[in-house]
Amino acid sequence: MRVTEKIKITKIMATTEIKLDPNTKKLSLIGFSGDFDKLVAVFTLATGAAAVGYEVNLFFTFWGLDGIKIKQGRSPVGKGFLPKVFGVFMGGLKSAPVSRLNFGGISPKIFRHLMRKNNVATLEELVEAAKVLGINFYACEMAMHILGIQKSDLIPEVKEVLGVASFLKIADGGQTLFI
Amino acid sequence: MANYKLDITKEHCPMTFVKTKIELSKLKSGDTLEVLLTEGEPLENIPRSSTEQGFKVLSISAAAVQGTHIVVIEK
Repeated sequence: MRVTEKIKITKIMATTEIKLDPNTKKLSLIGFSGDFDKLVAVFTLATGAAAVGYEVNLFFTFWGLDGIKIKQGRSPVGKGFLPKVFGVFMGGLKSAPVSRLNFGGISPKIFRHLMRKNNVATLEELVEAAKVLGINFYACEMAMHILGIQKSDLIPEVKEVLGVASFLKIADGGQTLFI
Repeated sequence: MANYKLDITKEHCPMTFVKTKIELSKLKSGDTLEVLLTEGEPLENIPRSSTEQGFKVLSISAAAVQGTHIVVIEK
């Protein structure tokens, strides 16, 4: 896809709002992993389900929080020395490793290249689509507490910071998957 | 009653129905969307999921390029 087409679609996506019917099926995904391949799985499932009418809830915890930080790229986000060190190691979507055969960081680059070559949506496009489709983003209170991350460090689409009990209540009645 | 067009022949799952869903959400009652898609997963999923979400599939016909089809959906 040419750059101009991509920009056009991103602009359309940014100005569109999608409303859900209250009688919809529900899918909740726990995004524990910060690995590239697993984040692609989370957002593919999420956007696919939302596109066929599901209510979708994403609960990001631990490594998954890395994918929804505002400051993408390696930066010392977090309160305290150790969390800041991990903040530098966890560089957001662009530096997410694959879950195996990472080969020192070459594999995500190879996979991104293959995805682009086959015109499969990139991780960033899937995340943008998730926002446009009105998918509910939540963050785990416990993990944020440990890593010293504030809600203001996360993307504005994050509706709430929740604990387990609140998340289970939200997910009740639908399917829940752990990735 | 406006008619819109969408070409998703170069897209793959989930973007096929993600883009279709985004276009359909912009339609007003009575508007139609002509989706140009390839056979296989898009041809199986787009008509079915559109119907499930309350849209009407007016027609499915073969398009000019072999292996592609046009699905006309009305809100």
